[in-house]
Amino acid sequence: MTTETMLSVSGLSKSFKSVKAVRDVSFAIPRGKTFGLVGESGSGKSTTARLVLRLVEPSAGKIAFRGRDLSTLSSSELRRERRHMQMIFQDPFGSLNPRMSVRDTLVEPQFVHGIGTAAEQLKTAERLLAEVSLPRAALDRYPHEFSGGQRQRIAIARALSTNPDLIVADEPVSALDVSVQAQVLNLMRDLQDRHGTTMLFISHDLRVVQFMCDEIGVMYLGEIVEQGPRDRIYNAPSHPYTKALLASVPGKGSGQRARLSGEIPSAHAVPSGCAFRTRCPHAFERCSSEKPAMREIGNGQRAACHLLDKAMAA
Amino acid sequence: MTAHSAPMPAEIVVPLAARRTVLEVENLSLSFRNADGLLPIVTDVSFSIREGEAVALVGESGCGKSITASAIMGIAPENAVIGGRIVLNGQEISALGPKDRRKLCGRHMGFIFQEPMTALHPTLSIGRQMTDTLKHNLGLSQSAATQRAAELLDRVGIPRARDILRGYVHELSGGMRQRVMIALAISCGPSLIIADEPTTALDVTIQAQVLDLLEDMRREMDLAMLFITHDLEVVGDFCDRAVVMYAGDVVERGQSADITRHPSHPYARGLIDAVPAHDDGRTRLTPILGTVPPVGQWPEGCRFAPRCGRADEKCRTRPRLETLSQTDVRCWHPLEAGA
Amino acid sequence: MLRYLFKRFLLILPTIFVPLILVFLLLRLSPGDPAGMMLGDQATPEQIAALRTQLGLDQPIWMQFVLWLKGIVTLDLGNSIFFREPVMQIIPRYATVTILLTSVALVLAVVIGVTLGLVSAMNRNKPIDRGVVTTAVLGISLPEFWFALLLIFVFAVTLRWFPVAGYNSPDAGIIAFGATIFLPALALGVRQSALMTRMMRSSMLDVLNEPYITTARAQGLPETTVLGRYAMRTAAMPVVTVAGLSAGYMLGGAVAIEIIFALPGLGRMLVEAVGRRDYPLVEGGVLTISLVLAVLNLLIDLVYALLDPRIRYQ
Repeated sequence: MTTETMLSVSGLSKSFKSVKAVRDVSFAIPRGKTFGLVGESGSGKSTTARLVLRLVEPSAGKIAFRGRDLSTLSSSELRRERRHMQMIFQDPFGSLNPRMSVRDTLVEPQFVHGIGTAAEQLKTAERLLAEVSLPRAALDRYPHEFSGGQRQRIAIARALSTNPDLIVADEPVSALDVSVQAQVLNLMRDLQDRHGTTMLFISHDLRVVQFMCDEIGVMYLGEIVEQGPRDRIYNAPSHPYTKALLASVPGKGSGQRARLSGEIPSAHAVPSGCAFRTRCPHAFERCSSEKPAMREIGNGQRAACHLLDKAMAA
Repeated sequence: MTAHSAPMPAEIVVPLAARRTVLEVENLSLSFRNADGLLPIVTDVSFSIREGEAVALVGESGCGKSITASAIMGIAPENAVIGGRIVLNGQEISALGPKDRRKLCGRHMGFIFQEPMTALHPTLSIGRQMTDTLKHNLGLSQSAATQRAAELLDRVGIPRARDILRGYVHELSGGMRQRVMIALAISCGPSLIIADEPTTALDVTIQAQVLDLLEDMRREMDLAMLFITHDLEVVGDFCDRAVVMYAGDVVERGQSADITRHPSHPYARGLIDAVPAHDDGRTRLTPILGTVPPVGQWPEGCRFAPRCGRADEKCRTRPRLETLSQTDVRCWHPLEAGA
Repeated sequence: MLRYLFKRFLLILPTIFVPLILVFLLLRLSPGDPAGMMLGDQATPEQIAALRTQLGLDQPIWMQFVLWLKGIVTLDLGNSIFFREPVMQIIPRYATVTILLTSVALVLAVVIGVTLGLVSAMNRNKPIDRGVVTTAVLGISLPEFWFALLLIFVFAVTLRWFPVAGYNSPDAGIIAFGATIFLPALALGVRQSALMTRMMRSSMLDVLNEPYITTARAQGLPETTVLGRYAMRTAAMPVVTVAGLSAGYMLGGAVAIEIIFALPGLGRMLVEAVGRRDYPLVEGGVLTISLVLAVLNLLIDLVYALLDPRIRYQ
């Protein structure tokens, strides 16, 4: 394949004082594709999203966006680059300025980045509103006049207003009811098809990630433990954590529920060796002494687990 | 009410159908009194729960499921006007005054909330909250109450129970908090547990642990459980029967297996289709069009009609909840079973 | 816990020293010479110069400051220029009155404020609530001196229940003391009690909406326990904060009240000492007030830590 790589992240790490929030995360997203980061709370997926946009400064690692290393950009260059990367947040109530009308919300990013004349900006706003299936009359209304799903549509329209190459969506449908969630997910897929936008999609919901993403990275305690094409992850998971996560999804009968013991350890005290070993049903001595390396499994699937060595040696 | 016919696990000897009814809710309605008069929130909700049985109350936010639960507990807001009958263990509790209702709480009914972080007191120790309840409801001494509290924490799978008793809610992880909440709810030996979205705020792997725990408690103590949720998939795993609510109405009621596999009401069907299923490889989801009408703006007739693909003239009049082959459905044009 | 208190202790050091430095500088930068004032119009320049040397006023300002700081450390605040006796002996006589006055006022304010606030919250939007809220607004808008005069007119002049002015120390018996302290304390505390009423009311209304209150009810606890233990415990927190601020405010407000009721307190003493350019006495008075405030703040922090375990562990 010769598709252009839109975003490539390598060795990305972030520590807040003693907390290692993100450790050595690497992935790449080809243009027009969606990469999903899935994990439980404390897995570092949201921090990764913010690191990618340099909303949070990474402690280490490289972020290449459209072929340019973001970490080397000056703040003014970065500001210019921001036009091409937008974010959609989880909370449609908090992420829209309550004092800004929908018109201003959609025009402002274009104005900030100096895109088009005032008339063109307004035209874009109107077009985007139609694209997210909101009536033109919505332009002069304020966020509190809309339902949660409608607000998220406005947030999507705002993200699209600068015609970005990359959208980072952090739990965009988690706050929505199921019926509305489906509307917004469909909308995001349609818009992505139409605009060819590349997407980094963050969610704790495996069902949603499966629907939205081409490639998936499973995060645990700040690290990607397994990544690969969607179908491989869902149909042939190889890391015990991925298996447990998939088995925990409700809807397969209570007998099928995975019984993963314990809870995610604190990021202050990451276990030695494999971070997952304290909850892993298969952990053995080597897991506490040696950190498993990411290894290729085939078909683009990779995982970090000593069991894979065992399986291959056997 | 339809009887439970699915084969039960071996350890349960008494078939559900032969079990004692713990809770009966008949034609429950609830309105808020405000400056403009009465604002209906819930209309005509009926269901019953037997010993050891879990019944789900399913619906999206604003459908009235949580307020129904608080009406049963007797902790609805002061301006709520409640109609219909609520019978607990043969006693018509809806006829009791607030003081007598309060006495049933804890002792006969336990409540589990969605967010244990805010549902447990931030500045009273876990032990204090538990012993307050035990002392008041069971008349235990402080030392007996502390002993019992430690046993309860142990029972819900909390290690180092004595230390935890001295601790506070902010020191615990999400899963541990919900275990404390469960211990508190079962502490005085209630016959009914009402759980309002007990796993929604938890991570998936923890969610599975807590559901297991609830199921164990239900079997061990023969608890009747009212399980309030928005997630039909959890219903299928966890509950014997389900009551689907939409805009203050019961729209479908029956065995949870029937409702989660082949519902008859278009809304229940819509809820299932809207969720990306595990491996169906769909490229588009089937959302329910539009949004839930806000309270006070319910349409005449069938409240789901404006969002329903099957609606016609007939739907302008209000359908009754009628028993079809497998489930009870409030719809003029129900889907064929198995559709 | 000890660590927390130690941290709070370090934080109050500036609250003691910053006002001291300010007062030291203000006094010396303002016109007027204590030596000249003491010796009167008839003094010769030589006499004044001699007295200035004796008082150390001919030294450079920084030297005076160093000497004075040394005095504080050695608990020797010098002699009052006017009274010609050690400041350390004068201050306690006056400070006792002020501290008693402020304490009684604080107790009155808290008792009135908490009671009315609770009654109001329990009867939300009923006539009694509206009555309390209206009264509280009135109370906040009344200046203390005006209320003091009103109290004197009604209870001392017309009803003759209390003396118009003057002071009996607690040694004279609790009744005699109470008779002279009640009206001044009430006058001083009324505004603060109005503030606390409003604070208590809104705080209680907020807390009553908290899920843990619903839990307490759902556990079958009687309403008296729910309100008295579960709700009060958290609702009292903001009132504690306000009480700390109020106490500081009342120490300042005591000046006017002490003058109106002819109480021999620190406030009145300070006003007179400033008029006489009695540097050592003014500085000693300010030091005392700063210390009282600091101790008060520490006490509030202690109460906070007792009420809220989350603070203890920070």
